[in-house]
Amino acid sequence: MFLNTEPIIRIEHLEKRFLSKNTEVYALKDINLTIERGDIFGIIGKSGAGKSTLVRCINMLERPTGGSIFFKGKDICGFNDQALRNVRRSMGMIFQQFNLLMQRSALDNVCFPLELAGVSKADAREKARELLELVGLSDRAGSYPSQLSGGQKQRVGIARALATNPDVLLCDEATSALDPPTTESILALIKDINQRLGITVIIITHEMQIIEKVCNKVAIISHGRIAETGAVQDVFFHPRTEEARQLVLPEDIQALRGRRLYRIVFNGRSSFEPVIGNMVLACGCPINIMFAATRDIGGTAFGQMVIQLPEDKAALVRARDFAKESGILLEEMNNV
Amino acid sequence: MFDAETISMLLEGVWDTLYMTLVSTFFSYVFGMVMGVVLVICRKGGIRPCPALYAVLDVVVNLTRSFPFLILMIAVIPLTRLLVGTSIGNNATVVPLVIAAAPFVARLVESSLLEVDAGVVEAAQSMGASTMQIILKVLLPEATPSLINGSAIATTTILGYSAMSGAVGGGGLGKLAIMYGYNRYQTDIMFVTVVLLIIIVQIFQSIGNWATKRSDRRIS
Repeated sequence: MFLNTEPIIRIEHLEKRFLSKNTEVYALKDINLTIERGDIFGIIGKSGAGKSTLVRCINMLERPTGGSIFFKGKDICGFNDQALRNVRRSMGMIFQQFNLLMQRSALDNVCFPLELAGVSKADAREKARELLELVGLSDRAGSYPSQLSGGQKQRVGIARALATNPDVLLCDEATSALDPPTTESILALIKDINQRLGITVIIITHEMQIIEKVCNKVAIISHGRIAETGAVQDVFFHPRTEEARQLVLPEDIQALRGRRLYRIVFNGRSSFEPVIGNMVLACGCPINIMFAATRDIGGTAFGQMVIQLPEDKAALVRARDFAKESGILLEEMNNV
Repeated sequence: MFDAETISMLLEGVWDTLYMTLVSTFFSYVFGMVMGVVLVICRKGGIRPCPALYAVLDVVVNLTRSFPFLILMIAVIPLTRLLVGTSIGNNATVVPLVIAAAPFVARLVESSLLEVDAGVVEAAQSMGASTMQIILKVLLPEATPSLINGSAIATTTILGYSAMSGAVGGGGLGKLAIMYGYNRYQTDIMFVTVVLLIIIVQIFQSIGNWATKRSDRRIS
């Protein structure tokens, strides 16, 4: 069997600058990312960090001012308009505001990209019906967007994005306008599509929960640069940068500025043991729990806790030793 | 109240007015639609930005629109003679009507197309739509209700202009109103022509409203 190991998207030294009032503003600077086939790749950042610009550079809705984007091994930055239109057909995109054609029915919205590609009306309708079934909307084919709920509109958006059999699905804050249960169902649909059709998914979001729930890899973008990138679990367990820690920890905990604060992450095994109880017994001093919560990462529940270790030097060493022996990762938070 | 001759004269006036209005509206849209589309796609941030073309067209539209219609009619008489062969009558009136109305239509079309959500245009671009496909398959269909609404406004405005043309050689109800009401003091005929004009405007506007509502899929 031929195994294609070439990453589907490779971004090298990507740069986007805008000229505003004679000063150059960098929206993106020296972005390097590798997205493998079948990834659900999350790009997370605060508003204004450049994540929307980045996703628009990937399908060239924004022309980068420097660097390269390799799509299936070819640098698309040098492509002309006609070649780019073909590339875009290989990349479906869904949006925060759905961006459906309001004067077309759900079925005709899904037909739209096929019409653009010159597919015959009958073939387009057949394909569109299949796709509406895939997203669970076959009974609303004749409805207009104004008659659909937010979640249903996004399902039409997804069906539309899949119409041209793309290799990549770009999701630009696709669940940000939806309520939590609907977000959940759309994420499940995206994950299902990734697994069943083998489509690479790129998710742009500002919410860490979304990354944790569906992505296998994540890149944290801040001030137009990639602060940190890697597998979601790695970033969650060992955030290396300030930006990553801010996303992994809730805001109120970041505000804690006490000394001797440590973060513990529990995996499936350690959550069955009375870790803190044992630690108290081992060091013989009370331990202050500052924060505790569970997170769902890729379908597995993980716990994280922030504790304050005793002031007594000897007790502190004992607590650390205990952690080392029991294989618990204690991460000092003094630089937060 | 009126003899048969007067009634047939009024009916002919109605016909002439409708003829001038509809023919002029048609040609105004042929030119105005193109100008409106160009204004939208060539503007800064449009799908095919071209600041030079936009600036030129913008000035041309503003200039033509600031010309008083009565003066414009007289000013373009040489052109009218060249195109139609005469400067009086219904067909002759169409020329200045189109020149005056096309820029107005361009502005109406421009504002209708600008109402189309930029996100929808971006979505079409992300699917690999060409400029022409965006115009024909996104901008115009999505703006259809607004365009129809605008066309009712354009038609009634052109009807008003056509009545004015009665002063300098145009035909229709405007000519009758000026000839009988102003020159011969026959206010009854003038009164009837005004009522007829009001009825025609009402009919155009009602058809426009009905068609706008019917074409819109957003409120059903």
